[in-house]
Amino acid sequence: METIKSPADLEKSKAAILARMHGKEKTRIRVHMGTSGLASGAKEILEFLTLELQKRSIDADIIRAGDLGYCFAEPTIEVKRVGEDPLVFGNVDKQKADEIIEKYIKNGEYVDGILPVNYRTI
Amino acid sequence: MQLLVCGGTGCNDLQSEAILDNLRLELEANALENDIQVIKTGCFGLCKLGPIVKVMPDEIIYTKVNPDDAREIVTEHIMKGRKVERLLFTDPITKKTISKAGEMNVYKKQLRIVLRNCGVIDPENIEEAIAHDAYKALGKVLTEMSPEGAIKIIKDSGLRGRGGGGFSTGLKWEIAFKNKSDEKYVVCNADEGDPGAFMDRSVLEGDPHSVLEAMAICGYCIEAGKGLIYIRAEYPLAVARLKTAIKQAREYGLLGNNIMGTGFNFDIEIRYGAGAFVCGEETALIHSMEGLRGEPTVKPPFPAESGYRGKPTNVNNVETFACISPIILKGAEWFSSIGTQKSKGTKVFALAGKINNVGLIEVPMGTTLREVIFEIGGGIQYGKKFKAAQTGGPSGGCLTEKHLDLPLDFDNLIAAGSMMGSGGLIVMDEDDCMVSVAKYFLDFTVEESCGKCAPCRIGNKRLHELLEHITKGKGTMADLDRLRNMSLVIKDTSLCGLGQSSPNPVLSTLDNFHDEYVAHVTTKKCPAGKCRDLMEYFIISANCVGCTACARVCPVNAITGERKEPHLINPSICIKCGACMEKCKFDAIIIQ
Ligand SMILES: Cc1cc2nc3c(=O)[nH]c(=O)nc-3n(C[C@H](O)[C@H](O)[C@H](O)COP(=O)(O)O)c2cc1C
Ligand code: SF4
Repeated sequence: METIKSPADLEKSKAAILARMHGKEKTRIRVHMGTSGLASGAKEILEFLTLELQKRSIDADIIRAGDLGYCFAEPTIEVKRVGEDPLVFGNVDKQKADEIIEKYIKNGEYVDGILPVNYRTI
Repeated sequence: MQLLVCGGTGCNDLQSEAILDNLRLELEANALENDIQVIKTGCFGLCKLGPIVKVMPDEIIYTKVNPDDAREIVTEHIMKGRKVERLLFTDPITKKTISKAGEMNVYKKQLRIVLRNCGVIDPENIEEAIAHDAYKALGKVLTEMSPEGAIKIIKDSGLRGRGGGGFSTGLKWEIAFKNKSDEKYVVCNADEGDPGAFMDRSVLEGDPHSVLEAMAICGYCIEAGKGLIYIRAEYPLAVARLKTAIKQAREYGLLGNNIMGTGFNFDIEIRYGAGAFVCGEETALIHSMEGLRGEPTVKPPFPAESGYRGKPTNVNNVETFACISPIILKGAEWFSSIGTQKSKGTKVFALAGKINNVGLIEVPMGTTLREVIFEIGGGIQYGKKFKAAQTGGPSGGCLTEKHLDLPLDFDNLIAAGSMMGSGGLIVMDEDDCMVSVAKYFLDFTVEESCGKCAPCRIGNKRLHELLEHITKGKGTMADLDRLRNMSLVIKDTSLCGLGQSSPNPVLSTLDNFHDEYVAHVTTKKCPAGKCRDLMEYFIISANCVGCTACARVCPVNAITGERKEPHLINPSICIKCGACMEKCKFDAIIIQ
C-alpha cells in the first residue's frame, strides 16, 4: 500500500476500497468480537462459520467487528444478503449458526432470534 | 412474507408466546404455514407499545397486539392485503396512524454518533475505516482550516467533555492553543475506572481510528506534535486494537511525519495504567505517565498550562474525541441541533444492574430516564418495580421514580443531586437496599482513595464505618446527621474530584430514601430485606406441618420442635444462612 499523500489521495483510496468491497457482491457476515462478544463465545462462532461456509461451498465475506452494544444477547452476528437490508441475530450458538446458514444465508428464510435495529446512525 | 413477533423480555411478559402460537395456528388453518414464516425476535425497543408484530417485507408495525388479534392479522392483512387499522400506532402529536417502522418517531430513540462504526467495521483493518470516512475530517482540517477556525467549530458545536466534568471542549482547546510552548501534548483519557462503565472500551475496540484521527485534529488545533493514550492494562483487547490501528495509520501516512503531504507531524504512543480509579483524574493521570505516583495535585495550574513534563497538555476523554470528526464533517450547527439547550449531541450509557437489555446505548442528550429504562432498556428484570438508577458511578447519585421524566443532560443531573459522570447507569429494583448501595460505593472509594489528603482518606473511611454500623442495626438517628455533616465536610475540603464527589451516593440516598435509613436505625429493619443482620427467619406455625426438614438442614441447630408439631427458630442461635427456607416445601418460613 502506498502512503496517502493528500486528502485527494484519501478520497481516491476510499473509492478504490469501496469498489473492491462492492465489486464482488456477496453475502457479508459480521461477527461482533469486542470483549463482551468474545466473553460469550464469539470466537467459536467465527471459527464455526468460517469452517462451515467453506465446507458447504458458500462464498461469503466474514468480518470481525467490535461489539454493537447488545450485551444481553451476545454473541451477535450480522448477515447482509446481496440486495437486502442487514439482519442481526442474537444469542448465536453453533446450532443457531447452523440454522442461520441453512435457512437464511442459503434461502433468505428468517430464523428466530432476530434483533430489530432500534437506533438511527449518522 | 414474514411475521416478526417481539420476544424481548418485556413483551414476553405480555404473552408474546401466545401470539406466536396463535399466528401459527391461524396460518395452518388457512394452509399458509409454508408461505408465511412466523419469527420470534429480540426487543424492538418499543416496550411501551408491546407486544409488537411486524409484517415483512411491508414493514408494517402492529402495536399492543393481543393473542386474539392473530386471526385478524392473518385473515385481513395476509390474505386480503388490508392493514388492521386498529392495531396501528397513533402518533401522539399528529394523531395520525402510522404503519411503517421508519415513520415512527417513537421508534429508534437511539442515535449513534460516537458508536457510528462500532460493530460495523473491522477495527483491525484501516481500509474499512477509510471506507467509512475515517481521516477525512483530518484532511479537511489540515488543508482547509486554521487552528482557530477548527477550534471555533468545536466551540460552536457546544461539545462538552464526556469524561465527567462536562467542560466545553472547544474552550479547552482554545486555552491550550493560546498557551505558547515549543512542546505540547494531546492526551486521551482511556482510564475508565467507574464500576459498570465500558463505553470507552467499546469505542476503542470497535472503532479505534475515530480516536486517533480526533487526537491528530486536536494536535493540529493546539499545535502539539505528540499524542498519548492513557489506557488501563486490564483492557488487553482495546490495547491490541489500538496498537494495530496506530501501526496501520503510520503505514498509510495518516500518522507520523508530513501527514497527507501537509507538513503536519503528529504521532501517538500508548501509556498503560494499572487500573487505579484516581488515575483517571487528569493531574494524577499525568503524574502516572511521568512515572510518578498516581496522585492528584492542586489545580491550577491546569494541564492546559502545565501538564505532561510541565508543558501545555490537553486531556480529553475517549468519547469526547469520538465526537470530533463528525462535527468537522457535518458542521457545528448539525451537532448543536441535537440535544438540549446546554448539552449538545448524544451520550453513550452503559446499562447495568436489574435491567432487561443490559448493554450500551447512545441517545440524544435530553432523552428521559423513562425512555432509557423502559423503552430502550426493556424495563426491569422479572417485572419487578423500579426503585432507583445510579448515574455517575461512585461520584454520582441516585435518581428515583420522581426523576423518571427528567431529560438527561449535564445540568439536570446535577440539579437532581447526581451527575452525568462517564455514563454508567446502574438500575436498582425493589429488592435493593439503598443504605447497602451507598455502602457499596463507599467500599469502592475507600479502596481507591490515594490517601494524599486527610478528609478523603480518613473521612470516607469513617463514612463507611457509619454505614456499616447502620446496616448492622447499631446506628442511631444521630448517626444520620453525622453522615450528612461529614459528607459535606469531605466534599468541601478534599483535594481532588474523587474526594469531592465520593459522599454523593450517601447524600443522595439520604435525601431520596430517608425513610429507609430511619427504618434501619429506629426499628432496626431493612425494608428491602437485604441487610443480613437485620433479618429474622420466622416459622408461620399455621403452615408448618412438622416435617423436620428445616431442623435437619440447619447447620447450627437453631430449629427445635416435635415431629408433626410446628417448629420454632431461635433467633439468638440463627446465623441467617437461609438453608431452612430453601428446604421448606410448605412456604412456612419467612423473613421478617
Ligand atoms: C476520581 C476521578 C476519576 C476520573 N476518571 C476519569 C476517567 O476514567 N476517564 C475520563 O475520561 N475522565 C475521568 N475523570 C475526569 C478527568 O479528570 C478529566 O476531567 C477528563 O478526562 C477531561 O476530559 P473531557 O473534557 O473530555 O471530559 C476523572 C476525574 C476524577 C476526579
Ligand atoms: S481527595 Fe482522595 S483521591 Fe483525591 S487527592 Fe485527596 S486522598 Fe487522594
